[in-house]
Amino acid sequence: MSEHTAHETMTLKLIVWRQKGPDEPGRFETYLARDITEHHSFLEMLDVVNEDLIREGIEPIVFDHDCREGICGTCSQVINGLAHGGQTRTTVCQLHMRKFKDGDTIYIEPWRAKAFPILKDLMVDRSALDRIIQAGGYASVNTGAAPDGNAILISKEDADYAMDAAECIGCGACVAACPNGAAMLFTGAKVSQFASLPQGREEGRIRVTGMLQAMQECGFGNCTNHYECQAACPKGIDVKFIARLNREYLKTLFM
Amino acid sequence: MSVLKSAVGRKVIMAVTGFFMVFFVLMHLLGNSTIFIGPEWINSYAEHLHDLPVVVWPFRGFMFVMLCLHVFFGITLTLENWGANPGKYAVSKKLKTTFAGKTMIWTGLLLLAFILFHLLHFTLKVVPEVPQVLDELGRFDVYTMMVAGLLNRVVAGIYIAAMIVLFLHTSHGIQSIFQTIGLNNERTLPKYNLAAKFLSAVFLIGFSAIPVLIVTWIIS
Ligand code: HEM
Ligand code: FES
Repeated sequence: MSEHTAHETMTLKLIVWRQKGPDEPGRFETYLARDITEHHSFLEMLDVVNEDLIREGIEPIVFDHDCREGICGTCSQVINGLAHGGQTRTTVCQLHMRKFKDGDTIYIEPWRAKAFPILKDLMVDRSALDRIIQAGGYASVNTGAAPDGNAILISKEDADYAMDAAECIGCGACVAACPNGAAMLFTGAKVSQFASLPQGREEGRIRVTGMLQAMQECGFGNCTNHYECQAACPKGIDVKFIARLNREYLKTLFM
Repeated sequence: MSVLKSAVGRKVIMAVTGFFMVFFVLMHLLGNSTIFIGPEWINSYAEHLHDLPVVVWPFRGFMFVMLCLHVFFGITLTLENWGANPGKYAVSKKLKTTFAGKTMIWTGLLLLAFILFHLLHFTLKVVPEVPQVLDELGRFDVYTMMVAGLLNRVVAGIYIAAMIVLFLHTSHGIQSIFQTIGLNNERTLPKYNLAAKFLSAVFLIGFSAIPVLIVTWIIS
């Protein structure tokens, strides 16, 4: 037999947060992940484990996921103490098992923040981020004929800056990694994206005050400039957008 | 939402009050440095300063307000942040933050304790006792007070330890000012970090030099 067909598999020890519901106490359970190859993504590895659990009559581990290609921001797990597992610019769904070795022990926990209550196991309620968006994370448009795409000219520089901010997929890793449970990177990215474009400037004032107020009402903490958020962000959103948010806020006081 | 309630508003107050305190610390260091030139210099500096009560008292009042605001928001924001982050990860790793960044509230509270001690020691001159004599020109002899006061190794140790605490607090705090007031981007951030460490090191070395030189009898 040639070695090309021989699949080396790994067995890993998972220590997973299990919690039946929002008001139930949670605890860690230990499971073995068997027959895992380096080609499995982290979520596929959990799928394999869940198949085993179902066969054994144990309730499968609940975790959030959707696109599984790193763009929707739904997957959300703290793996060995790092949001999304700590691989630079990588969501959990894009993390692959080749990053682990046979016999490794892996801690898997949900995002933990007051503003993100745990719904079940690894799934948390991230609607607080939606409430921040509802408070101003949009540009109002009048209905009627579609506006001419080139009527408002935007420099390449501004467009690039706005696109960098718009890369945020709203996964909440910034909050999960922040020692203060703050959502400043998320809010900063959204505010900066609009503040850098003419269409967004019109409502700039109510946007920044509204979004900051919603952020506080949702129970997020305050930034103390640790910059953990940028390090954890799967899209590498820069903390310069937090500085921009602060600047836009100060403008509302003095202008 | 008012500035005093806003997440960013309160942080800006911390940054602005922190800025004035850093500026004060820098001025204080320049003033203290006259001791390196000689007794006449620091005594005359102190006398000229206290000859200007119309400047000294409003300035003291201003610094007192800065300190109170900074301490009040420092404590309340920290308590809020602890509440917002139940922080119960079984395994928690940090990628970017520093020891100084994580200990701001503790270094801050230690600085507050030190400020009270320092005022009792050299401003109010109550504890620990210091000699209060006049120099040959009939001025209050600050030089003798400092040298005698810092000859006690325990007292000198407290001053040096406090300067290490100040180093930690400002090495995070100074770069933080620029981020909080919105004057920062990916190019300036590493520069502010470096500048904060540099200025903090200047504070540490500059202030600690005095007790070190006194304890080793180089200044006597
Ligand atoms: C010599 C005295 C002090 C100086 C020069 C100083 C300086 C600073 C500076 C520059 C900042 C950064 C502000 C910002 O967030 O942008 C800061 C933050 C802070 N300070 Fe102070 N401070 C002093 C005393 C204190 C005291 C007495 C406390 C006691 C509670 C304190 C607690 C804090 C806290 C909790 C922060 C917030 C930490 C953060 O934002 O990362 N500080 N300080
Ligand atoms: S599942 Fe969509 S980003 Fe991971």
